Amino acid sequence: MNIAVCVKQVPDASEVKIDPQTNTMKREGVPAILNPFDTYAVEEAISIKEKVGGKVTAVTMGPPQAVEMLKLCVSMGVDDATLLSDRAFAGADTWATSYTLGLGIKKLDKVDLIICGKQAIDGDTAQVGPGIAENLGLPFVAYVRKVLDITDTTLTVERLIEDGYEVVEVSLPAVITVVKEINTPRLPSLKGKMRAKSLEVKPLSAADLGAIPENIGLAGSPTKVFKVFSPPVKGQREFIEGEPAEQASKLVAKLHELRVL
Amino acid sequence: MDYLLTEEQLAIRDLARQIAEEKIKPVRAELDEKNEFAWDIMHVLAQADLFGLYIPEEYGGFGGGCFENCIAVEEISRACIGISVSFAASGLGCYPILLFGNEEQKAKYLPQIASGKRLAAFGLTEANAGSDAGGTRTTAVLDGNEWVLNGTKQWITNGGEAEIYSVIAMTNPSKGARGASAFIVEKGTPGFSFGKKENKMGIRSSATRELIFENCRIPKENMLGKEGMGFLIAMKTLDKSRPGIGAQAVGLAQGALDESVQYARERHQFGKPIISFQAIQHMLADMATQTEAARALIYAVAKFMDSDPKDVSKASAMSKLFASDVAMKVTVDAVQILGGYGYMKEYPVEKMMRDAKILQIYEGTNQIQRNVIGAALIKEAASSKK
Amino acid sequence: MAIMVKTDICVGCGACVSQCPFGAIDMKGEFAAIGDKCTLCGTCVDVCPVSAIEITAEPKAAQADDITAYKGVWVFAEQRGGAVAPVSFELLGEGRRLADKLGVQLSAVIFGTGIEPGIKSLIEAGADKVYVYEDALLNEFHEDAYADALTELIREYKPEAVLVGATSIGRAFTPMVAWRIRTGLTADCTSLDIDTEKRQLQQTRPAFGGNIMATILCPDNRPQMSTVRPGVMKRLAADPSRTGEVVRKKPAKPLTSRTRLHNVIEVAGHSINISEAEIIVSGGRGMGSDKGFALLKELAEVLGGVVGASRAAVDNGWMPYPHQIGQTGRTVCPKIYFACGISGAIQHLAGMQSSDLIIAINKDASAPIFNVADFGIVGDVYEVLPQIIKQVKEARG
Repeated sequence: MNIAVCVKQVPDASEVKIDPQTNTMKREGVPAILNPFDTYAVEEAISIKEKVGGKVTAVTMGPPQAVEMLKLCVSMGVDDATLLSDRAFAGADTWATSYTLGLGIKKLDKVDLIICGKQAIDGDTAQVGPGIAENLGLPFVAYVRKVLDITDTTLTVERLIEDGYEVVEVSLPAVITVVKEINTPRLPSLKGKMRAKSLEVKPLSAADLGAIPENIGLAGSPTKVFKVFSPPVKGQREFIEGEPAEQASKLVAKLHELRVL
Repeated sequence: MDYLLTEEQLAIRDLARQIAEEKIKPVRAELDEKNEFAWDIMHVLAQADLFGLYIPEEYGGFGGGCFENCIAVEEISRACIGISVSFAASGLGCYPILLFGNEEQKAKYLPQIASGKRLAAFGLTEANAGSDAGGTRTTAVLDGNEWVLNGTKQWITNGGEAEIYSVIAMTNPSKGARGASAFIVEKGTPGFSFGKKENKMGIRSSATRELIFENCRIPKENMLGKEGMGFLIAMKTLDKSRPGIGAQAVGLAQGALDESVQYARERHQFGKPIISFQAIQHMLADMATQTEAARALIYAVAKFMDSDPKDVSKASAMSKLFASDVAMKVTVDAVQILGGYGYMKEYPVEKMMRDAKILQIYEGTNQIQRNVIGAALIKEAASSKK
Repeated sequence: MAIMVKTDICVGCGACVSQCPFGAIDMKGEFAAIGDKCTLCGTCVDVCPVSAIEITAEPKAAQADDITAYKGVWVFAEQRGGAVAPVSFELLGEGRRLADKLGVQLSAVIFGTGIEPGIKSLIEAGADKVYVYEDALLNEFHEDAYADALTELIREYKPEAVLVGATSIGRAFTPMVAWRIRTGLTADCTSLDIDTEKRQLQQTRPAFGGNIMATILCPDNRPQMSTVRPGVMKRLAADPSRTGEVVRKKPAKPLTSRTRLHNVIEVAGHSINISEAEIIVSGGRGMGSDKGFALLKELAEVLGGVVGASRAAVDNGWMPYPHQIGQTGRTVCPKIYFACGISGAIQHLAGMQSSDLIIAINKDASAPIFNVADFGIVGDVYEVLPQIIKQVKEARG
């Protein structure tokens, strides 16, 4: 079973704060991490490989420093890594990203299963997984929370929906996105770490991939960012003072005044 | 201080530290409270390849030595020495096989231990044979192609949890210390059972039980080394493992120091953080200096050990003695710095102080270590006179 | 890269360095230099006081057709077992506003068979026209079959904007449609508007876990597609007197899928629909225990509301996950939101700050939750809540 797992290096969103003076994001010192949702994809790929044999390749599109994140994947047990890196990829939206990652996956030996995290925590779009599926002409199952069975030609999974889950069988090769409930990602192993240290990842450029210029980067992106701003702060911020009983009666009176009770 | 670790050693340290921070710290208080063995953490350590650090690559290990193992033990100990002793005790059970096993024994058991799939343990101590190993009563009698074991081992770390046991038993009681031999006994062998789990003051996430042998028959080929080598094997094993106890002590002291510094910065009294008071600074300075001195000694001894010297008993005893006394003192001082909070279970230092005490007791009390050092001094003085 | 700093104009003031939301700009000697992290968002172009930064035109993302041929606003109406998802009615409310601004028709699209009451409800909720794609396979959700059906309709009828609820289903198959049509899709939008002159849909959505908002355009491709977060748009009151056209469509041959549905398992507890509630009484870490949540349940009961929870409360096991509100839980906009013992992490605010009226009760007067609150009570939830419960009961007689 050849498995490709798509990963992304993202800024640690939990560390991103707004500078109240300038009203912009404070990015200084925010560490770049492996997208947390992708760690579940990596773990699932490795554990499937451990069960049925085969090879796992991590694929990313990003700047040269994304090599560090690929090495982390290798230290966890991924066999090989592909970095798609070219200044021409910059500004890609989900369409252009799906296009580029699809080209990267086509470069690998026959892939049976492609696993992506549900979404990346910087963009939160959840659109690249299905985009890759369409690009490669493969069937797609979103929000997988458990792999029930895997054969050479089919995969049976539980997929999360609003009010429960569905048991779905899909023919292989296929693309799936996985949610947090699916597993607990492992830590790196020592042997993996040593292998990652010596692993050389040669970046593939747009030319290496044979990418059509109108389909990559900003040029290939139908959507454009028009503006970026801090979330508006609302609220009248009227504090109700007094002892608890007094606070309660004032609040109830206000709710009556507003006719919401 | 920078000890100029190699890339491999740094990778070991970082990985063990990550496990300590992410996996052990969140669960240590609960494991301590419930007296529960940390199987989940053992699986994490196994998956990270840390059980085989000192085992040669040909047996599935990492091919390092005592020093590499000490680095991992130290980092795990910063979070919890109950867990680090469970980890290190597998090494203690493994050393007799690694040092004295024949090729078949090594090929069979070392890969299982290196992968962490099976834990090992070492069975030496008995009710009447603690520091005085000559009092061993457990016997092994050859009957056809099998050794028949009878007797009870006491306070065996990983007892009941481990699957591979290196056990010392008398094959010729009339010869005293020279009548002891070492054996490999697997969990599940008929006649081999365990006593109840001990309820201890500290290191409560480790399992300590009796090993009970009642006409337990094991194959003849499970003897380690030759008949009569039992005490030699035990002593060589303990020589190898003592720096590991020292590494536990260094990690524990560092963990207590870290908690103390952090608390002293956050805690305000008289309008200032208490770390601004010289009384506190001086305590912290002593704790830090003693911890660093212990670390320097442990690292030096572990590296010395890995150079395969002839006699390591004195250096090995010194490392265990000094570091464990430091750990006791530093953890007591940590509780003092945290004051009333330090005495409460909400903060980790009370557990660290309870845990520290065992370091002065097990694998040879610190009094016995001083005996070993004293004996070596006499021997050295006598030989230099020649 | 199509962005450049004109070094003959740049005065080295550094304004762009501090304003770049992606930390992609550094000062190299006297001039600003733009590095690999740049996403071409354009913030620096706007802030540069001397207009020294330029994003140069590039070949455009190619779409074969003439985009002016695309007309009208569509809302995808998601149905399960004949019941139309609440978000679809919310989108019809919003879609009505956008269609009126553009002066075009609002259409709903619904899939499946045996869904006549659903079709009628879509017209009552604001649709001028309903496209019904009739195929029994679509009664179940299959990513590829749903994508086939919507793609076929879009290719045939060419709408200029398509809104889909950002539900599990909507977010799974809409990206496949956008890929095939070669158009832009903006995920999980929380507000929409129209530039009537350029007929451009301005799609605003949170990113970085709600830390920033971004407004996205799709200038050169049609339709402009968005998935829209449930609970943020307002539905119109159903008007049974409204009439509309129904266009029925069947595939040339029955649809097929490469996925096969074995089973649907509904999980108990999932049935509580917190996004629908008008009054939510929510608790966080400050409630201290599940006993604290008993108080919240009591207040919810007397007010006729439901209980919500922050992630911390769910992680502590005080409430099950379906009650979780925030970035990783549900987004809600009730008439009244009580935040009790919730500090107000940005991830929680992302899920509740569009509520009509927010009442925060917290011990810590500096808790960020008070920044979004209409009324704040600084106090112990265990003292304040019983008083509120008592007084509401009295007021209700």
